[in-house]
Amino acid sequence: MSAAWETVIGLETHVQLATVSKMFCGCSTRFGDPPNTNVCPVCLGLPGALPVPNERAIALAVRAAVALTCTVQHRSVFARKNYFYPDLPKGYQISQYDRPLATGGALTFVAPERGVVRAGIVRVHVEEDAGKSLHDRFPRATAVDLNRAGVPLIEIVTEPDFRSPQEARAYLLTLKQVLQYVGVSDCDMEKGSLRVDANVSIRRPGSTALGVKCEVKNINAFSYVEKALTAERDRQIALVEGGGAVTQATMLYDSKTNTVRHQRSKEESKDYRYFPEPDLPPLVLTPEWIAEQQGTLPELPATKRERFVSQYALSPQDAGVLTAERAVADYYESVVHAGAEPKAAANWVMGEVLADANAHQETLRVPAASLAGLIALVKGGTLSNQGAKKVFAEVAARGGDPRTVAEALGVVQVADTGLLAQWVEAVVGAHPAEAARFKGGEAKLMAFFVGQVMKASKGKADPKAAPALLEERLNR
Amino acid sequence: MSEIEALAAAKATATRLSKVKRLNALLTPATAVRKALLAQAKAAHPSGVLYGMPVAVKDNICTLEFPTTCASKILEGFQSPYEATVITKLKAAGALIAGKTNLDEFAMGSSTEHSAFGRVLHPLDRTRVPGGSSGGSAALVAAGAVPAALGSETGGSVRQPAAFCGVVGIKPTYGRVSRSGLVAFGSSLDQVSVLGRSVHDAARVLSVISGRDARDNTCEDRDPLRLPTVPERLEGFVIGIPKEYFPVDLHPGVRRACDRAIRALKELGAAVRDVSLPHTGFAIPTYYVIAPAEASSNLARFDGVRYGNRADGVTTLAELYRRTRGAGFGPEVRRRILVGTYVLSSGYYDAYYRKAQQMRALLAQDFRNVFDRGVDLIFTPTTPTTAFKAGERTKDPVAMYLADCFTAPANLTGLPAMSLPIGRVKGLPVGGQLIGQPFLEDDMIEAAYALERAIPAAEEA
Repeated sequence: MSAAWETVIGLETHVQLATVSKMFCGCSTRFGDPPNTNVCPVCLGLPGALPVPNERAIALAVRAAVALTCTVQHRSVFARKNYFYPDLPKGYQISQYDRPLATGGALTFVAPERGVVRAGIVRVHVEEDAGKSLHDRFPRATAVDLNRAGVPLIEIVTEPDFRSPQEARAYLLTLKQVLQYVGVSDCDMEKGSLRVDANVSIRRPGSTALGVKCEVKNINAFSYVEKALTAERDRQIALVEGGGAVTQATMLYDSKTNTVRHQRSKEESKDYRYFPEPDLPPLVLTPEWIAEQQGTLPELPATKRERFVSQYALSPQDAGVLTAERAVADYYESVVHAGAEPKAAANWVMGEVLADANAHQETLRVPAASLAGLIALVKGGTLSNQGAKKVFAEVAARGGDPRTVAEALGVVQVADTGLLAQWVEAVVGAHPAEAARFKGGEAKLMAFFVGQVMKASKGKADPKAAPALLEERLNR
Repeated sequence: MSEIEALAAAKATATRLSKVKRLNALLTPATAVRKALLAQAKAAHPSGVLYGMPVAVKDNICTLEFPTTCASKILEGFQSPYEATVITKLKAAGALIAGKTNLDEFAMGSSTEHSAFGRVLHPLDRTRVPGGSSGGSAALVAAGAVPAALGSETGGSVRQPAAFCGVVGIKPTYGRVSRSGLVAFGSSLDQVSVLGRSVHDAARVLSVISGRDARDNTCEDRDPLRLPTVPERLEGFVIGIPKEYFPVDLHPGVRRACDRAIRALKELGAAVRDVSLPHTGFAIPTYYVIAPAEASSNLARFDGVRYGNRADGVTTLAELYRRTRGAGFGPEVRRRILVGTYVLSSGYYDAYYRKAQQMRALLAQDFRNVFDRGVDLIFTPTTPTTAFKAGERTKDPVAMYLADCFTAPANLTGLPAMSLPIGRVKGLPVGGQLIGQPFLEDDMIEAAYALERAIPAAEEA
């Protein structure tokens, strides 16, 4: 693609808050239930029904805002966004408009080309979701499922701070990580609990003015973020280089064809007739309550990563892997706290533990204390690395104390010199030529003999104890 | 009252209601009302403070016993799956829901002529209107069919018909009564309100329906209203008379009746003081920006998608909305939706909606200034005229809107206000209005008790 153009991207991300009930009524937010079963007069928009805010949703929204270093407003105002659509029961969505919950934050992330980038957060506001229109369920008819209507969302709006589709994706992954850490959302794009719209424009490098932007919608999987934004960027560049000009419009991404198509122009855009929601008094949050929410925030991924590097002497890469998910980071620290050496624990968690979790629905099947015990057995020479891996697999599958399991599996290493001496004697006797060459100065054959001893012992011999005995026997 | 007496009361009510059928005040068929009244009388709890008392309910308040239509074709036959909090409270107090009353469609009107189910007749003169929008409730109380009825107010829809029909109407402070189950018109103005044949009947029903409700965030966390005792005198009360409510062109009969009421207040020992509420003249224009704005949004849900009536044979989404709403709403409702949509539109919001909100704040400040100077209550005429002729104002919306010029300020400011009969002019009732301070309905009711006893309201003023 032409280096003559700089891409400028800003993102609007909708994130479903991890509440049990909806934003303004008591209905369940559970995903995947039969259509129109989690509904009541409020979320159906029945005549006379009134919204009552979900305090838990407000608390989660505030936590997200604080994690993004925003200023939480002590007074914010719900507003009605008016438009007609069959999956919008009241004919308006309760959102926030000119007085959002929080403003002016930032999220720092690592961009593939530019390194550490600070993305400005313009605002975070609370709103309710609409229902779902199902166009492919019945022939020549649209069905409406209102289970999702009224589910709590926050919208996070960034400054136009991204310079490539890759950066936009990197930001989203970091945002997802932070929100998952804070427990605000599961951020599952496939279930619709994280949705993103992007504003894309192009300009000449060095220019500070913003070009005419187009909004890209319908990016419904993480894997489409880069593709959709690249398609829009390429469309704009081709347009301008062909002598045309970008006109403000909303574009829809089609993942099947990997193209964007025109949905509506600025002139056709809806007038939402926002006005303050008269059914809800302004949302007033006391500084104490906001501080309380801030106090519940866990250590955020970036801070944790830095601490892992300094506290456990890990490489930044390893610390990154270990802190990618809060559950894994917490698990790693538990293993260390249970007495395991930090580096060994890191290797185990990044290796066996993550592989096992990967294969078993992300569950951490071996208790941290058991893993610490296992690591201690290796360190003490009771288990070889190979033996320990067998024990790990067994403990993961069926549980149990690592030492007991090791004994049952017969993989405990033998440091007993009597038994070891018998294996050494047998191995040296079976390989007279090699023994002679060793005696003649080929010291590197020690590895061969240790290997033979391990083989003869079926892995039970302590590889650390064997060389001394072999040395003595061979040099006799 | 015993269960037998309650059953007898239920039967007598059903009979009285069927006798005033010609008023077209009740939307529920007589047989359905009789059946429901008897069933409720059997089920009602005898310890309730309103045990056996029949209360008719405006048909924009959701009930399980009867459909809720808002006198609109779009909701004809609509059965709510839940009931309004005020209905639950009435039933818990032993009251009997005596059917649903006619109204201006979605409570938009001042004469109950804008009903999809025909106009309501004035009980004393069938050529005249009973006022509105709670005209059905007012007419039934005035005709003696029920001792009390629920109405709703957005700009005077209970006080104005109460004045026209010669009954008592109380609009509580905004937030005193739950709006849950009241079909919204102008959410920041709407309050369930009460009509009664006497101050006491209206006040005790208000007391029962008032108080906190977890289903309405705008309902204040307060205990139910406590009724004052009937006072002998009104010594210590300072009553303000705002000059803006007595313009030179005020109906002379209305003026006479008010003068007589003011004399009565003085004779009862109240201190009467001239006051000024300078922004009063802006109340109607302000009201007719804010109420339609909120209505345009509140009525968006009537789209034929989930409930209510849907136009047949539509092929596109735009057609579904256009034809369902075009056929389902009457002309006055359509007018207000259009006005409301316009004033909220991008480019017009600041000129209309924002300005109206600013004026609303000035109106509230007017009242605060008066109350801050030691005035306890304000007394005014409820309406500039007595009940007008049917058809007289239907072609002139502005003339119709001006019927609410003395009542709308209390809605815009959230203040409690009530109307009580203060005499007649050529046989037609005149209403006097008391406006109180926020959540001090008890003071207002106390003064009304005394005034009610002091004035021969059934006589010519």
